Amino acid sequence: MDLKFTPEEEAFRDEVRTFLAEKLPQRLSDKMRKGQHLTKAEHEEWHAILNARGWLANHWPVDWGGTGWTVIQRFIFETETALANAPRVLPFGLSMIGPVLLKYGSEEQKRKWLPRILDGSDWWCQGYSEPGAGSDLASLKTSAVRDGDHYVVNGQKTWTTLGQYANMMFCLVRTATDGKKQDGISFLLIDMATPGIEVRPIRLLSGDHEVNEVFFTDVRVPVENLVGEENRGWTYAKYLLTYERTNIAGVGSSMAALGDLKDIARTQRRGGRPLAEDPQFAARLARLEIELENMKTTNMRVLAAAGAGAAPVAESSMLKIRGTEIRQTIDDLMRRAAGTYARPWVPESFEGGWNGEPVGPEWAGPVATQYFNNRKLSIFGGSNEVQREIITKAILEL
Amino acid sequence: MDFSLGEDRQMLVDSLSRFLADKYPFATRTAAAFEGTGWSRALWGQLAELGAIGALFDESVGGFGGSPFDVGVVFGELGRALVTGPWLATLQAGHVLAAAGLTDDLAAVIAGDVLIGYAEEEGDTWFDPAAIETRATASGDGWVIDGAKAVVACAGSVDRLLVVAQTEAGLSTFLVERDAPGLTVHDYLLVDGGSAGDVTFAATPARLVGVAGEAGPVIEAARALGLVALAWEGVAVMDVLRDQTLDYLRTRKQFGIQIGKFQALQHRMATIALEIEQARSAAINAADSFSADRIVRERAASAAKVTIGKAGSLAAEEAIQMHGGIGMTWELALSHYAKRLMMIGHELGDEDYHLARYIELGRERIAEEA
Repeated sequence: MDLKFTPEEEAFRDEVRTFLAEKLPQRLSDKMRKGQHLTKAEHEEWHAILNARGWLANHWPVDWGGTGWTVIQRFIFETETALANAPRVLPFGLSMIGPVLLKYGSEEQKRKWLPRILDGSDWWCQGYSEPGAGSDLASLKTSAVRDGDHYVVNGQKTWTTLGQYANMMFCLVRTATDGKKQDGISFLLIDMATPGIEVRPIRLLSGDHEVNEVFFTDVRVPVENLVGEENRGWTYAKYLLTYERTNIAGVGSSMAALGDLKDIARTQRRGGRPLAEDPQFAARLARLEIELENMKTTNMRVLAAAGAGAAPVAESSMLKIRGTEIRQTIDDLMRRAAGTYARPWVPESFEGGWNGEPVGPEWAGPVATQYFNNRKLSIFGGSNEVQREIITKAILEL
Repeated sequence: MDFSLGEDRQMLVDSLSRFLADKYPFATRTAAAFEGTGWSRALWGQLAELGAIGALFDESVGGFGGSPFDVGVVFGELGRALVTGPWLATLQAGHVLAAAGLTDDLAAVIAGDVLIGYAEEEGDTWFDPAAIETRATASGDGWVIDGAKAVVACAGSVDRLLVVAQTEAGLSTFLVERDAPGLTVHDYLLVDGGSAGDVTFAATPARLVGVAGEAGPVIEAARALGLVALAWEGVAVMDVLRDQTLDYLRTRKQFGIQIGKFQALQHRMATIALEIEQARSAAINAADSFSADRIVRERAASAAKVTIGKAGSLAAEEAIQMHGGIGMTWELALSHYAKRLMMIGHELGDEDYHLARYIELGRERIAEEA
């Protein structure tokens, strides 16, 4: 066994670091570090910077603008960008609809949509969950009825992340009601400007607006926007959910956040000494660090297996569960570290350009909001309960 | 043993509960808690009329209750309705006034005519009064205060503050008018609703409460009573979270059946129910031990805060998780109960502080006995 990176991988890491040092605008990394919201334009700016270097769709085939990186290189890239407080690459176009089109889309669809993902022409959103179809996604009811050259879509989607910015949605619709519920689902690409679509914001408990409800009333979608075959959408939907799991544990982002937490523990004073010397807090911090170190190696083991051709479905579930638990523990310790200053709520301070007087230590401003907001991590992307079901069935065979 | 509340206390609970259910539904509460001062002065007056403030104080000082169980049931009802406002401050400051025999000042508070804040904690004190740096110095016939206090509940909207400050003689308490010279408030809303402010004093005139240098034991007892209040409030919030989650498990269907039929969720709910009963016992213990000697009182208060912290995190996080996405939304009352419960963990000392304190008090007891 050898857990070290190869010299080539080390060189690649240096290349990524140099790129980040040169090209990542400090304006963006400052906002990320402060836990502030990125605007639509700022997300697009970072995508454009990566695209200019050819690294935006690093996991796509080279012919379509990918890099040919190994899974280890992708892991290094994801970790380094997180450590540098770079914005995350939004997954909706790059890691969701892109790979589905690459695998199941027609040549025409690939030629039409993939370049528009790379150059930022389209902002995609996901039309999966419905009020009655969450963990039980296959029970979705939004209907699409064929009418000449169009499908007519009626129904409702929910939890549509950043749908307020999107001009396109990939959407699961019901095209048949007889037979197994999984067998009547189709995968449509919908222009959000089509008449009959209404996007309504959902306010989260943290006060943030990042998810939406989307209502469809007699929305006409051209049949050429059907991906693959009618009633085969469940296969494509599942592919999307299992694709691109190299970063599902969020190890890089947790390493960056743990670094911030340790800095805070060293400087924040509690009872006349640094918080890091408080036995209770030190124990919490140590347990977290041990868990994250273990996760790093678990993640690398899964990546190595994937690189050798394995399809790590249940292992991905393990990464998702523990990765999100670790991130939530970091947020939990951040709020504990803030003490009484976890309580103030100044939502204006989460926007860039805010010049108000901070309340308490600057880092404490967003910690409670972030703690509450990140409760979503164990709910979305297949709840951690659903992931445990997958482990139970796929590995444990119970 | 008798674990019943008793007839008078039950009547108080019933009248507060009915009033709040009727006059302070969730939409009203959300509006009050996140706009303007973050709390409703009109509601304060109505609750004062119903006796919610008087119940916090003994007859000898103008109230009609004052036992820790009276305090507990009032805060339980406030918690069930997520009422914001300077309740905890009134409890703590009122008991400091009572201990000093300032019954006229207290009477105005009980009547709801004067609103009082309580300013003890500072940015770096981490719940430890010995670390307080705000200083009061004698000046002519009175005193002046210099320093700063952190996250003082409703600081921008009360009439006066009870301030804990160091003097040459040691910890002392003072009354300061909010419009006094040299006093500034930077106020803001709180994550779980309501407001607080950071307060600075620059040669601000103040009136001594009690005897200079002898406030330590008084504020410690007031905090213990505050911990009783938070424990009962926390348990009430947990009860609501449990009931709302059970309702959801019984009605939400996925995979063709109620999700409450899944054993994985059933066992987690059973654990939550158990933890809440342990928390309720801790809250009862803290109330019961309040009149015991200092170490017994303080250990029970810290034990309650540790228990509420542990059970509260579990109840809040699991309630959200079992609701799924809908549990993350502002529109659902549940998320506001979860926020309140987590933020109770940040008031009057957190779980880790009180665990350390519990250990320390145990050592003191052993040393006393030796």
